[in-house]
Amino acid sequence: MPIDAAHAKQGKAARAIALRAGLKCLKLIQQTLMNDSKKRLIKGNEAIAVAAIDAGCRYFFSYPITPQSDIPEYLSRHLPEVGGTFLQAESEIAAINMVLGASAAGARAMTSSSGPGISLKQEGISYMASDELPALIVNISRTGPGLGGIAASQGDYFQATKGGGHGDYRTIVLAPYSVQEMYDLTIKGFDLADKYRMPVMILADSVLGQMKEPVAMVGKKKSTAIKKDWALTGCEGRRPHVIKSLYLDGDKSIEHNWKLFKKYQKIQKNEVMCEIKDCIDADIILIAFGSAARIAKTSIEMAQEKGIKVGMLRPITLFPFPNQQIEDLSKDIKKILVVEQNTGQMVEDVLISVSKNAKVTFYGKPTGNALEAEEILGQIEKLKNKKGFNR
Amino acid sequence: MGKIRIDIERCKGCGLCVIACQKKLIKIGDNMNSLGYHTAQINDEKKCIGCANCAEMCPDIAIEVWK
Amino acid sequence: MKQVFERPESLKEVSFHFCPGCHHGIIHRIVAEVIDKLEVRTRTIGVSSVGCSVFLYDYFNIDVCEAPHGRAPAVATGVKRVYKDRIVFTFQGDGDLAAIGTSEIIHTANRGENITVIFVNNTVFGMTGGQMAPTTMLGQETTTTPLGRSFIGDGYPIKMSEMLATLEGCSFVARVAVNTPANVRKARKAILKAFEMQVNNMGFSFVEVLSACPTNWKMSPQDALKRIKDELIPYFPLKIFKEKTIPDTL
Ligand SMILES: Cc1ncc(C[n+]2csc(CCOP(=O)(O)OP(=O)(O)O)c2C)c(N)n1
Ligand code: SF4
Ligand code: SF4
Ligand code: SF4
Ligand SMILES: [Mg+2]
Repeated sequence: MPIDAAHAKQGKAARAIALRAGLKCLKLIQQTLMNDSKKRLIKGNEAIAVAAIDAGCRYFFSYPITPQSDIPEYLSRHLPEVGGTFLQAESEIAAINMVLGASAAGARAMTSSSGPGISLKQEGISYMASDELPALIVNISRTGPGLGGIAASQGDYFQATKGGGHGDYRTIVLAPYSVQEMYDLTIKGFDLADKYRMPVMILADSVLGQMKEPVAMVGKKKSTAIKKDWALTGCEGRRPHVIKSLYLDGDKSIEHNWKLFKKYQKIQKNEVMCEIKDCIDADIILIAFGSAARIAKTSIEMAQEKGIKVGMLRPITLFPFPNQQIEDLSKDIKKILVVEQNTGQMVEDVLISVSKNAKVTFYGKPTGNALEAEEILGQIEKLKNKKGFNR
Repeated sequence: MGKIRIDIERCKGCGLCVIACQKKLIKIGDNMNSLGYHTAQINDEKKCIGCANCAEMCPDIAIEVWK
Repeated sequence: MKQVFERPESLKEVSFHFCPGCHHGIIHRIVAEVIDKLEVRTRTIGVSSVGCSVFLYDYFNIDVCEAPHGRAPAVATGVKRVYKDRIVFTFQGDGDLAAIGTSEIIHTANRGENITVIFVNNTVFGMTGGQMAPTTMLGQETTTTPLGRSFIGDGYPIKMSEMLATLEGCSFVARVAVNTPANVRKARKAILKAFEMQVNNMGFSFVEVLSACPTNWKMSPQDALKRIKDELIPYFPLKIFKEKTIPDTL
């Protein structure tokens, strides 16, 4: 169970968290897990594609790039079967703008790419954030900067969570860590995009994209399509609608920016998702997301077998970030280990959340050779033996 | 026989209608509109043939034509 | 007497912000007249571009989506794919379409998207203050070609209509001007034809309109008309380059 609600109820540190409105259980995921009969063994990338169709997305525009090509390949075959449109665009710039147009027309639309392509999409994402247009953007990230490589990396954390394009905006960023979550969060992503009228990004990597796991798929019933009375449909029987981002008038521009900011505040308050596990009486909390969290889970189990009290916090939403949850935990647990498949990005958000409550240690690697459970275990052991921060 | 009406508040005094009128009935006058433009005016109204050439060229849709 | 010329219904009562003598206003009007004539106002969706025509939505009495600079054909593709029975058009300048948006226009045309593109070629970046555009004439002084455009280094003025007409996917391509009443009428006919092509599901239609920018040409509106006749039309000939009569089908 991704959200360890039972644990959250017990522990001292976690008790405070459970009281926070911000901590949400992924009901969607729990419900899917109840229905084991429909499980199918598929790849992470495919799970995203299947989920998109299940969520009612009928418009997909993208440009090929490794390691996400299974998504367009699957949809090129299966979207037309349900009357949908698959279009291979001439570039990622064109693809995101086709998404913009389809979204403006009120449709559920989506694109997927990887680092270099996501960089090109940032122009469109910034426009869509300002236009208040919903869409799902998938980043099966690879190594950067530049052309980088195709190995898994979490080096796009900053780009994804801090806006990414120009201007003062955010996108909701969902970080799955299993094939099941690739499926569930895709559906959730469409719902959040429609609910808040903004682009939502799935940030995963090639490890999650290529991994095969059994997945329960009951998303169809779980997705909630919202009536879009702002969409462009031709102005029959009503006043014309305009979708735009240009505000030359200073006051209007200020007003628009505050409006967006208030939306992000609301999201911060209502949509934080994270998994908190084994934090009762933990001496150390390990914080990691996505594929790094998956590897770290094994390390945690190994450490626990050795009698080390280590718990885990796994952000599922990277924006909104579980600042409050981390702050609460850091009041009781003084050793925090942040593990990332990069040279240190999310750790900055952890540091802001922790303030001076606890000591934060970072362990990460750019990529190429993926993180190993044993080396993370080594870090946990090193931290355990460090003096000065025991309760 | 034709007739035009120039909405001087829309007119920017560009003079494109002046060139367009083969009958040379329009000129830019001395009077100024609220935007500060000297505006077009028709003289010798009776000679207007209602060809709408002036209106076709007006970038600000300041001219209406009757025939 | 009967009224023979009035403001089209597809335009709001708002006055244009364009400079005196700017042809953007004429082109806006004839597009609106065509929409009126085809009686498609309430099922038309416009896509505006970035340039002096960015405020399309303030003037047209229709649904409008703003597109990022150069991306209008891609945005229009997205809209049209969702609503195949709506009339979708873009309105783009030469910086927008022939510089930053070259890729989008070529591929949208090549896919034969059933949309209409109105391309306003005024040989300059109007909105940003008169810099060189890909369509700027040889020798033309702009704020970034102070000595006049030279083919050495800057290349030659690009002929978009001729280029696009070579694409199989493209169904209708015409270049028109609005420098005389007769040319305005021809331009309206071409734009009407382009929209009709779309209404009849004939695929991608494109009309290039030679347009004056008196402000950045540093000329009177009258001299600007003369420049179009003497300089632009000889290099950018007015012509229907392509007109398919049977739609492409599988
Ligand atoms: C990505 C990006 N680059 C540059 C600009 C600045 N810009 C705005 S309009 C424009 C050129 C417009 O020229 P054109 O398309 O010819 O339109 P005109 O104003 O001449 O009608 C430029 C470069 C921008 N808005 N966005
Ligand atoms: S309608 Fe014709 S004749 Fe009359 S003013 Fe206009 S251009 Fe001249
Ligand atoms: S063409 Fe129109 S704007 Fe220009 S001077 Fe004549 S009436 Fe005025
Ligand atoms: S700058 Fe040129 S294109 Fe822009 S409104 Fe003025 S005359 Fe027209
Ligand atoms: Mg221009």
